[in-house]
Amino acid sequence: MTAIESATTAVDCNAVTVRFITERRTVTALERVSFSLERGGFLSLLGPSGCGKSTLLRVVADLVPPTAGRMTVLGVTPEQARHERALGFVFQDAALLPWRTVLQNVELPLEVGGRGRQLAKGAPTPRELLKLVGLEGWEGSLPHELSGGMRQRVSIARALVSAPRILLMDEPFGALDEITRDRLNEELRRIWQETKTTILFVTHSVYESLFLGEQVLVLGANPGHVKALVTTDLPRDRTLAIRETEPFVRAAAALRRELGS
Amino acid sequence: MQDVAAQSAQAAQEVEIAEAEARYAAEQARNNRRRRILPVLGIVGFVAFWALLVYVLKVKPFIAPSPLAVLQTLYENFPKLMTNLLPTATEAITGFLIGNLFAIVLATIFVHNKSLEDAFFPLVVLINTIPVVAKAPILVLLLGNGMEPKIAIAALICFFPTLVNMVRGLESVNPQAMELMRVLSASKREVFFKLRLQNSLPYLFSALKIAASTAVIGAIVGEWIGSTVGIGALIIQSMYAFDSAMLYATVIVGSTFSVCFFLAITLIERFTVRWKAPTVH
Repeated sequence: MTAIESATTAVDCNAVTVRFITERRTVTALERVSFSLERGGFLSLLGPSGCGKSTLLRVVADLVPPTAGRMTVLGVTPEQARHERALGFVFQDAALLPWRTVLQNVELPLEVGGRGRQLAKGAPTPRELLKLVGLEGWEGSLPHELSGGMRQRVSIARALVSAPRILLMDEPFGALDEITRDRLNEELRRIWQETKTTILFVTHSVYESLFLGEQVLVLGANPGHVKALVTTDLPRDRTLAIRETEPFVRAAAALRRELGS
Repeated sequence: MQDVAAQSAQAAQEVEIAEAEARYAAEQARNNRRRRILPVLGIVGFVAFWALLVYVLKVKPFIAPSPLAVLQTLYENFPKLMTNLLPTATEAITGFLIGNLFAIVLATIFVHNKSLEDAFFPLVVLINTIPVVAKAPILVLLLGNGMEPKIAIAALICFFPTLVNMVRGLESVNPQAMELMRVLSASKREVFFKLRLQNSLPYLFSALKIAASTAVIGAIVGEWIGSTVGIGALIIQSMYAFDSAMLYATVIVGSTFSVCFFLAITLIERFTVRWKAPTVH
């Protein structure tokens, strides 16, 4: 626990290669990917589909083992970090349990996994987290009564309930309409600043990656590899209006060049 | 002036909306009435047609009875019919409980042990391909002439659909929910009780609804072979006695019980699975 607390590097990815071996062929999802992320950072993983960005996130979360190379999370292995509840994961579809109410879904992490059961000292309660994501008053609703955006908010609250040091988000807003997506982007920046959690955010939208991240890791496909690590240099407090400013537009153009190269 | 005009325009619009709402409510009420009356009309029409046929064609009573004769038999022989329903109902319900319990337990074992599933699932499929009427004599030989073989047949007939659906329900969990459980370091036991079991309920109930009617069929078929009481025995007896009215009355009692059993399961489902289930076949 202390090793995790004193770690200053959130994620250290060292020449990680992932191969999926199937009967017909072997697919290389990631080829010698290296990067590192300081604690408290917000890193966007940007790339076309098939570039292995979701796989990379799953290696951090100990859902996919690296075939070669080393992944270190908060100074320990991904498995240890997972057991210490240092990680929260937000999935592409909200992955809520349809028979549980909103509040019961957020409480799930407190009911499973042995050591993780108790609410960390001083950590916000499930009700407070629902308030943080703007769902006060919806505690007793069932998932099918909510819109897609609301469901994704619930899953963010659920990921935060174990007070994770690192929040891993796998295209969480990909299936939402643009208006909802914009609003959630702004809220995610606010939540990041309030909770001081390290965030890794997978997206294939240039704008989203740039607006959200302090840094953007640009990935290329076939096989997945790192093209560039770009520091965005935008003001910390930003609203969506920043997307019309010149520095943003220029940075977006630069990112697109990196993607195309 | 403009204000007044705007106000009256708004008032006119509100009237239109109220009219539309009234029209909608009226149509809704009409539809509801139709939905309730039409099935009743269908049944009444069918019975009337049946009565007409028997009357016009002068069908002999031992070939087919008139609806009135069936009704009369139902009324006069009600105690006898009920005495015979009791063993059949007991066999069907006991078989239903045993068969489904075994299916649920076996599905749970299969989900946790792939080798066992691979070893025994084909055998289960094989046993299921034997028709009920062929299984019945075998079980009578094995279990004697009492209630046991009938319960066994009812249980066997319930067992297979529940096993198949339950295995599917336990395994068809949202893969991202499985990943979530892993991120949370949930144990196998927690995954089973918090995720798989809940996920299987809609699948389980669609199997239980099938089993509710087939369990009755199983019990009746079991009674055809060497039994002196029960709906099945009564069917055979009245057939040999050319007592068509009694035969029809017995069939009606049997199927009424079957329908009630089905409705009871549907009711339990409604109270158990309150969330909107994904479409289940």
